[in-house]
Amino acid sequence: MTASAATGASAGPRRFLLRGHAVRRGLSPLVVAALLIVVAVIVCAIAGPAIAPHDPNAQDLATGISGPSSEHWLGTDDLGRDVLSRTIVGARTAVVGPLLVALGAMLIGNLLGLLAGYRGGTLDTLVSRYADLVYALPALLVAIVVVGVVGGGYFVAVALLVVLYSPVDTRLVRSATLVQRSQPYVEAARVSGIPSRRIIFAHLWPNVLPIAVANAFLTFAFSIVSLAALSFLGLGVGPGTADWGRMLSDSRTLLFDNEWTALAPGIALVLTAASVNVVGDWVFERLSDRGRVR
Amino acid sequence: MASASPRLAFIARRLVGLVAVLVIVSFLVFSLLYIAPGSPEQLVLGNSKTIDPATLRAVRQEYHLNGPFLVRYLDWAGSALRLDFGRSIRTSEPVREGITQRLTLTSELAGLAFMITLAFGIPLGVLAAVRSAQLVDRGVVFFSIVGLSAPAFATGILLLYLFAIRLDWFPAFGQGEGPTDRLRHLVLPAVALALTATGLVVKITRAAFVDELQKDYVVFARARGIRPARVLFGFVLRNAATPIVTAAGLILAYMLAGSVLVEVTFALPGIGALLVDSVTSQDIPMVQGLAMLVAAVVVIVNLIVDLLYPVIDPRVVFTRASR
Repeated sequence: MTASAATGASAGPRRFLLRGHAVRRGLSPLVVAALLIVVAVIVCAIAGPAIAPHDPNAQDLATGISGPSSEHWLGTDDLGRDVLSRTIVGARTAVVGPLLVALGAMLIGNLLGLLAGYRGGTLDTLVSRYADLVYALPALLVAIVVVGVVGGGYFVAVALLVVLYSPVDTRLVRSATLVQRSQPYVEAARVSGIPSRRIIFAHLWPNVLPIAVANAFLTFAFSIVSLAALSFLGLGVGPGTADWGRMLSDSRTLLFDNEWTALAPGIALVLTAASVNVVGDWVFERLSDRGRVR
Repeated sequence: MASASPRLAFIARRLVGLVAVLVIVSFLVFSLLYIAPGSPEQLVLGNSKTIDPATLRAVRQEYHLNGPFLVRYLDWAGSALRLDFGRSIRTSEPVREGITQRLTLTSELAGLAFMITLAFGIPLGVLAAVRSAQLVDRGVVFFSIVGLSAPAFATGILLLYLFAIRLDWFPAFGQGEGPTDRLRHLVLPAVALALTATGLVVKITRAAFVDELQKDYVVFARARGIRPARVLFGFVLRNAATPIVTAAGLILAYMLAGSVLVEVTFALPGIGALLVDSVTSQDIPMVQGLAMLVAAVVVIVNLIVDLLYPVIDPRVVFTRASR
């Protein structure tokens, strides 16, 4: 039974069984809205400085903090910098770091998970124990302590989050590999003398990849929040960087004079994280069935 | 009837695992002093230019800086077992006192947030499951996604703006004097802290109930004429409880990280704010004490959750292969 046939066949009776609880596989308005927001954020991350109406770092100390006006739609902060421009440009650190974390964690998780699941034995035990241990750590707290003590800011935080989030991928890929390993096609490949490295990466991996890709979206969503939190605590990006976490941290004293210093990055952060989560859930639901054979 | 011995064996095995995890964590926590930039002596003494040998010797003695690494670790771990983590570099108060002084505020905050989480999370999750795929369900699911994704500091500042500055219902900063004033000060931070966990509880409760509601026993119970409320809370709740209780460990992790962010946002002098202050000022002994406290709390809560399974679901038997 091929993977696509499995999903095709199960859709009918499954929908009947679930009655009102039908799993929505189409694009609901919520998913469409979330996708649009994600695309908008990505566009801002790539072309932010070109879109922004003002230079995000241009100071205007004579103006200082001011409310919304026709010149500055969301007003200015204490240094006279345009809040809207800083929010648009802030999309960059909000996207780049999480992207690196998601890709890095996926790479490590796939490698460890495939090897552990396929080879079994001592390697499997070691990898599983390691993954269990790291998985049990509260990631954000560990990041706060290590980045705070060691220093290094944004990219140390990114590297650390790769290590802290990879166990989720490792465990998912490992269990998916275990299921695949007992499939006839793997046995057939082994019998025909194909080297195991080739079986793992050319035969097994494509069947496991969908679930890993789906999970990468969720890692991405977690990382946005974690990296913003570190920046908020002063442990992420350097001072002065247009970053949502950093802007929120600064806004605590500016809130009374121009509430948009808090509202703009706050809303941007919440909307982006929620949208990526919605898209991630949707992709996970669609793709995770394909990795497994039911 | 399961005899007592497999249960005792299970508990013993878990306790051994618990100690092993704490030993590994303590080793990592001890290493913090060495991965921090600068030598340990420098860290402890700060940036003073002239250090006389007598002070250096005293400092080495106090912060376990004599002998090879492993000896230093054992020395430190021995003191740590007696809950002695030395004196804070920043304030030079004993680490244990610094932590206990601030523990009350954080426990009150977390306790309040936990109550809010349960009071809203479970009913909303059940409601969404019962009204599955209807407008109520969509609304609840949307709320839970936003709650789950939104970082506590962002929602904290938004709440602060709306309810403390715009509407002036609650105070914006500080911890308040006396029980009622304290409660007023803690409402907004607790809501901000509870939001993420509530999103999680709603999601898990809804999924568990949707699963259970499709089972045959629910149909038969309804066919026998048992009232829907009784089916829901008498039968389904018990079966759906396991995944919800399992989430307790996750909720704890959210709350621990969240309390750091919320305390900084609302300027509350609790454990979380202490951690950030200590980390940014390289106050390693204080960080070590706090890290061990967090590790102990996480490990113990997870043990309690494991022990609760068979109480909730008697079919669960303790087996060797726990996973």
